Amino acid sequence: MRERFASGFDPFVIPFVIGMAFVLGYCLIAMIRVICQLPKADRKRFLLSLITPKYIWMNLRDIFLNCLIHVKLWKRNKVLGYMHSSIAFGWFMLIVLGHLEVMLFVPERIHLFYYPIFFNYFVAETEQTLQGALLMFLMDFFLLMVLSGILIAIIKRFASRIVGMRRTTRLSALDRVGLYSLWAIFPLRLLAESFTAHISGGSFMTIPANWLFRQFLGNDLNALPTWWAYSIALCIFMCVLPFTRYMHIPAEMLLIPMRNAGIKIRHPRKGFALLEVYSCPGCGVCIDACPMSVRKTNCKDATVYLNRQLRRGNERRIAEISDKCLLCGKCSAVCQVGVQGPELRVAQRERRKFALTPSYTGMDVQPLTAAVAGKGGVLYFAGCMTQLTPSIRRATASLLDKAGVRWHLMDPDGGLCCGRPLMMAGRSEQARELIAKNLEIIRASGCDTLLLSCPICYKVFKEEYPLEGVRVVHHSVFFQELIAAGKLSVTHEDGLRLVWHDPCELGRGCGIYEQPRQALATAGEIVEAGMHHAESICCGGSLGSLTLSYEQRQPMTQNALDNLTVADPDQIVTGCPLCLATFVRMADRPVRDLAEVLDEHC
Amino acid sequence: MDFGFKLSPSSAVNLDTVDHRRFDRLAQLVPDALTCIGCGSCSATCTASAWTGMSVRKVLLGLQRGQDAEVDKMLSGCMLCGKCTMVCPRGINTRQLILTLCRLDKKGEMVR
Ligand code: SF4
Ligand code: SF4
Ligand code: SF4
Ligand code: SF4
Repeated sequence: MRERFASGFDPFVIPFVIGMAFVLGYCLIAMIRVICQLPKADRKRFLLSLITPKYIWMNLRDIFLNCLIHVKLWKRNKVLGYMHSSIAFGWFMLIVLGHLEVMLFVPERIHLFYYPIFFNYFVAETEQTLQGALLMFLMDFFLLMVLSGILIAIIKRFASRIVGMRRTTRLSALDRVGLYSLWAIFPLRLLAESFTAHISGGSFMTIPANWLFRQFLGNDLNALPTWWAYSIALCIFMCVLPFTRYMHIPAEMLLIPMRNAGIKIRHPRKGFALLEVYSCPGCGVCIDACPMSVRKTNCKDATVYLNRQLRRGNERRIAEISDKCLLCGKCSAVCQVGVQGPELRVAQRERRKFALTPSYTGMDVQPLTAAVAGKGGVLYFAGCMTQLTPSIRRATASLLDKAGVRWHLMDPDGGLCCGRPLMMAGRSEQARELIAKNLEIIRASGCDTLLLSCPICYKVFKEEYPLEGVRVVHHSVFFQELIAAGKLSVTHEDGLRLVWHDPCELGRGCGIYEQPRQALATAGEIVEAGMHHAESICCGGSLGSLTLSYEQRQPMTQNALDNLTVADPDQIVTGCPLCLATFVRMADRPVRDLAEVLDEHC
Repeated sequence: MDFGFKLSPSSAVNLDTVDHRRFDRLAQLVPDALTCIGCGSCSATCTASAWTGMSVRKVLLGLQRGQDAEVDKMLSGCMLCGKCTMVCPRGINTRQLILTLCRLDKKGEMVR
């Protein structure tokens, strides 16, 4: 290879240089701002992680797998996975190989950062260029890869169903500019490189194209305008990037190391939360996943739109979206970037001002404490929702007796709430007061195990109560262990088909999927729902939503029921009293708690 | 003068002097508030009732009768557990109602 121009410059590179300088400058300032917004301890932790070898390796691996290869998206949807990784990885390789070419052939130009991008314009093929044939081939190959990705993107935009999505996001005006310039970049690059291929050399795409153009277009006259167009397309894309969803590319590269360092959302608009919001590429996967989307109007309340409104600062919509969500966690489970939709919303709720703040410090729990004091053994806390469904409490009590467990009920005539509903409503400070009261009772009992039949309680007792030395366990796990240990003998009923509904708080919330199924399998034959485990659909009754009305929840419940009954089970079984109470209202077949089913067969 | 007995002060409510602004604003924000039939299901299930006498029914009634102190005392005991929502025969979103009330000041303005 030899250089065609002694100056190594042509005015057409100017738009690219402007765009590149702008986007780099913008991202640098944004990055510093985000890091400064972190609370001091978090900031220190993050910066330390950047120089710890273990984290460096983790960060590099995760950035490669998530930003370039998009492994999570592949697992979810092959076509989308291919689309994203072909564009990202292909583009990345074009840049890397471009630099390699410059280093090999014209190393004195490596400091010009536009050179690798426009390499083919500035060089001419010579006798020894055959050494570069492999590189040329790879350049064409990765360009083809990117182009195939772009083609899918164009098809997806006009017919999202083809790639297996029912709904895709609506774009804002600037997003469109970014999108169309992105679409234009690579076809223009192919054209530009083809027009100069007889000088710079090329491979399986550019050389035939060059030959073809020579037949009716001529190459030399078209070359320069096309290189200009390519440079301008790059410039437009980079100049609008910070104001479009494409900001997700730089944002995610910072999000990954921060998440690896264990940073959490502390403020809905600052630091880590801001990064999550900007890391969302608007893929729209969370729209189909959201249980609220069965109502068409609620599609606008999916996490992708929360992110968009947070970027725009539309306070009315932010409040509305934050309050409506069921906090079922499904959007987080399917999101390939790891945007924590529920956590963002709760952080938002926590900023709310109230005229009246509840207080529970005056509540006298002495009678409750006295009733269980020093009893030891297993302490069973039924909780509000189980009080409302006494059959669960009776079945649980009966099973405990049958297994010969030494146990006591913590709230025989009703107790205090566990505090989780308050936390979901963004009143975690008040929840702390309830936690302190409940803690007093639990400590006084001297129990070694705290048994819960409600996953809402279970999650908060497990995560927020300082209960060292006390095992916090959900009844599904406890009964499974009793069965496995032979303390409970369940008779199997042949032909009884049971479907297990994974409650949000137990499944996605606490990662308990298998023990309830194992316990249930002793009583009957398990069939699976259409979507289950981490993909299970919220019953619609969740306390997470503050504003959804009963009527609005009904279609969500119906949808969840339809999903549960695809295999036509005889009974729907769950482990959450709230799911149960929600389902029984609309189900066309019996809905039972795990404890009830086991007790019946014991 | 000490007669050895006392008359309790009248608990009669003078509806003409009651400040309705808080209730009116609530009814505007959560129109469900108007559909309560006073059945008392919420009172019967309420987790907080044992401690503060909380009851959504009484809160709604108290607001319309100008019993602000009682209303505030009841509200400050609610734990948002959601039992009342589950049992309400009118499908009233009682938690939304309670949270909205907590955001209104005495004049019925939303605090910011
Ligand atoms: S929040 Fe996640 S799933 Fe939803 S659009 Fe953004 S990246 Fe996609
Ligand atoms: S948490 Fe559940 S209800 Fe809320 S936005 Fe995510 S998927 Fe939808
Ligand atoms: S949400 Fe409040 S008012 Fe309703 S039952 Fe629970 S404690 Fe009582
Ligand atoms: S349960 Fe509903 S309708 Fe009955 S009193 Fe309470 S709020 Fe009113």
